[in-house]
Amino acid sequence: MGIIKKIQYNCREATYLIEKRQHVRLTIKERVHLLIHLSGCSVCRLFQRQSRMINRIVKTLFRDAAGEQRRLDENVKREMQEKINERLR
Amino acid sequence: MAKIAVLDPRQWVGLHADYLYSYAVARLDDDEQAKDLVQETFLAALERTGQFMGNSSERTWLTAILKHKIIDVYRKRNSGLADRGPLGGQQQGEREPELEFFEAENGHWKEAYAPRTLGVEQADPLANKELKTILQRCLQKLPPLWFSVFTMKHMEEAATEMICEQLKLTPGNFWVIIHRAKLNLRACIQKAWM
Repeated sequence: MGIIKKIQYNCREATYLIEKRQHVRLTIKERVHLLIHLSGCSVCRLFQRQSRMINRIVKTLFRDAAGEQRRLDENVKREMQEKINERLR
Repeated sequence: MAKIAVLDPRQWVGLHADYLYSYAVARLDDDEQAKDLVQETFLAALERTGQFMGNSSERTWLTAILKHKIIDVYRKRNSGLADRGPLGGQQQGEREPELEFFEAENGHWKEAYAPRTLGVEQADPLANKELKTILQRCLQKLPPLWFSVFTMKHMEEAATEMICEQLKLTPGNFWVIIHRAKLNLRACIQKAWM
């Protein structure tokens, strides 16, 4: 199998590079491999779209979580504040 | 005592406890442990009021302390895995998890695992509550080390070097884990969605 064919078949490498690319700059060799692969592989192009979508949703999950959706029990809070107050004395 | 005037520990619980609790629950997926960490954060903060410089808000300062405690938990959760290899319990020579998705000889997608259109990629997936719920459930199914790496990378966009140092990973291991976590998450979502 020629080198181009190998790259075209290798979805495992392509998806790895798709992940890496979302965080750091790829090397020239990596970029060439990914370009060759994606130009011929619609399944990995779909993977890339879905992967980016997942990352975007994950970010909103953590933002939502910071929106005070969860509440601590009032008794627990009272105890917490008492412990703090004790140490302030 | 100007610093104490800026920090007001008598108001901490009322002002910040729910926020810190939500922050911890999202990252630990353990209500009890999250509660304990919030309490510990307040007590640790009390010891360090002298270090508060007043150049960030009280909440930001408390959150930074909590964040360190969360990373400690990640490290403890993973320390049990350390002696089982750097990739979270994978034995040497054991089947690589990627081979669930790809053919061993050429790396091509296995037919059964190839991504399929979910039908939500074009619409606004961020507004899709059901998709969020599924993603949350799928996140919780990841092995602890993968969950830690993925969460740290995405929660504060923590630097890769910092994560590797804290969890004792090489950069190579780091990318392999990010890759595996995403393959599993995506497959889990597809399975639940279709």
